[in-house]
This record gives sequence, structure tokens and C-alpha cells, in this order.
Amino acid sequence: MASESTITTSSYIKHHLQNLTYGQNADGTWGFAASAQEATEMGFWAVNVDTIAVSLILGALMMWFFRGVAKTISSGVPTPAQNFAEMIIEFINDTVRGSFSGGKNDLVAPLAFTIFVWVFLMNLMDLLPVDALPMLVAQGAAAMFGADPHHVFFKVVPSTDPNATMGMALVVFGLMLFYSFKVKGAGGFIGELALEPFGKWALPINLILETVTLLAKPFSLGLRLFGNMYAGEMVFILIATMYGAGLLLGPVAGVLQIGWAIFHILIITLQAFIFMVLTIVYIDMAHQHH
Amino acid sequence: MDMGLVYIAGALMIGLGALGAAIGVGLLGGRFLEAAARQPELVPMLRTQFFLVAGLVDAVPMIAVGLAMYVLFAVAG
Repeated sequence: MASESTITTSSYIKHHLQNLTYGQNADGTWGFAASAQEATEMGFWAVNVDTIAVSLILGALMMWFFRGVAKTISSGVPTPAQNFAEMIIEFINDTVRGSFSGGKNDLVAPLAFTIFVWVFLMNLMDLLPVDALPMLVAQGAAAMFGADPHHVFFKVVPSTDPNATMGMALVVFGLMLFYSFKVKGAGGFIGELALEPFGKWALPINLILETVTLLAKPFSLGLRLFGNMYAGEMVFILIATMYGAGLLLGPVAGVLQIGWAIFHILIITLQAFIFMVLTIVYIDMAHQHH
Repeated sequence: MDMGLVYIAGALMIGLGALGAAIGVGLLGGRFLEAAARQPELVPMLRTQFFLVAGLVDAVPMIAVGLAMYVLFAVAG
């Protein structure tokens, strides 16, 4: 694919949409996949190293920043960092107070805060130039481990990997189930599934409808974030392919890139916000008695 | 497979997604302006909700655009 001397638009796009996958090869050895096909053959127990690495680094960055602010916090004249942190915390606090009505719960606000900041940082990776980090990683891998730079894939934006977004959605789903059982008990939860909306005489229909509704929540939550980021990244990659078209289209691509990036600032914030609000609302719904 | 069908599939994805989003955002924006005209003091609260719902409406067509681009340029190209 990309090891051929000519890079086509199609191979460029596919190269950018391939994760750096670590797993067991078909011949039994462990290593990084050199092509999309090898990555598929690794099956279930393969790890997308780039997604995990970038998201963990961003998570650590987030914790480092807010921990630093929390340690040096003062009631006097606040530092810029403290101002910034307080702004975010107040914003999250308002949102949680506005959307959550399930009584006392110490988990929801920190959870909402973590989700918002972490998802935002992951989405923010979208604004880096499409080739910058992948090239750096490919050249670094070539220099350090002697890898063929054309076969080193690196997908910078963790939220364009459905594994990351669906993983977060699954955690939220687990919390929904946990609080449903905790607040309403097993009987209350099953009753909610079986006796609504049509009463006890239409039990099978209720069960089907409510189960679908329940399962659709984490599914749409994860896929919405993934889809938006994937589409945004796709547009960035397509604009980047225009740079190969010479002096005529290059400046156009530059303008498009800036325009889309500015528009994308709105989208990445909005999607992080939506993910957070829906998490709060779902957990709130798990607290409601019927 | 006939490659022409891939292009038609991409066109349908973008077109129908845009259609739905246009109706949705049109309704949403109209109601937002109505509400803002009726109760201007609620505008900051309404704007937050407006963007939230706009993000929800916008999600599916954006996903369709992304997938259509992938189909048009990576699968067909």
C-alpha cells in the first residue's frame, strides 16, 4: 500500500485511518501490525497502542494541571491558572446542578468534570496538523527501532477510535445500571423495564421496547462522539490531500484548513459538552422513581 | 461491483443527511428566535440549550458526511 513509491489519495486516507495495532500475528509472534489486513487478523486481543497512549498522556496532563492548581490554590489574588480552573469547575457545577435532580450523589460532578475535560482534550488533538504527529512517530520509530516508516501507523485523535468512545460509553452504561439497582432495587429496575409504558398486560412489548431504549443510550452516546470526530478528521485529511495538487490548490487548501479548524473548535467543545450532559442526564434518569 | 453505485450511495448519504439536518436546524432556529423575541431575558439559558440540541441534530448528518467522504475517496478512489 504505502510502501509503493507513489502515494494515491486513497492510500493516503487509509494510512491515516489505520491505528497502530499491537497484537499476536497469524504466525504466533507478537508485534505491531504492518498493514490494515494484519491488524484485522489479530482479532479481539489486539491493542490500539496510539489510542491508549495519547488518551493516557492527555489524562495525565489534565490531572497534573488541576492537581497543580489545587495544591497552590489561595483565597487571595488568583493566578491565571487558578482562574481558568475555577471557570471550568463553575461551569461544570452549574450544568450538573441544572441537569441532575437525583438527590445527593458525590460521583456525578467529578465524573462530568473528568468526561468533559478529557473528551475535550482528546478532541483537541484533531486540531493538530494531520501529518505532524504521525510523521514524527514514524520517523522516530524508524530511527530508534529500524521500523519501515511507511508501515508505522499513528492515529492521533483517540476519539476517532470507536474503541475509546464506546469504552467510555460502556462505563457510563455500567454506572446507569449500578444506580438503577442501588436506588430502585432489582425489583424496581425490572419493573421499570417490564411494566412501562403500556402496563402489565403488554409485558413482552414493554420489555422489548424498554430494552431497546436502554441499550440505545450507550450505543448512541459512544457513536455520536466517534462519528463526529471521525467525520471531522476525514475532512481534515481530505483537505490535506489537496496540498499534493500543486500551487493552484495549495493556498485554497490552506484557507479551507483554517476555516474548518475554526469551525471545528465549536464542534469539539460541543461534542465534549454533549457527552457530559448526556452522561449526567442518563445517570439522573437512573435515579428517578416511577 | 459497479463503481457508479458507490458514488450514488455517497451522494444519497450527504444529500439525505443534509435534508434532515436542514429541517431540524430550521425548526430549532425558528423556535429559538420566537422564544428569544418573547422572553429576551431568557436568551443566555436558551442559547446553551440551543447549542446542545443543535449539536444533537448536527451529529447524524456529520457522521453521514464523514462516512460518505470515506466511501467516495477511500473506497471508490
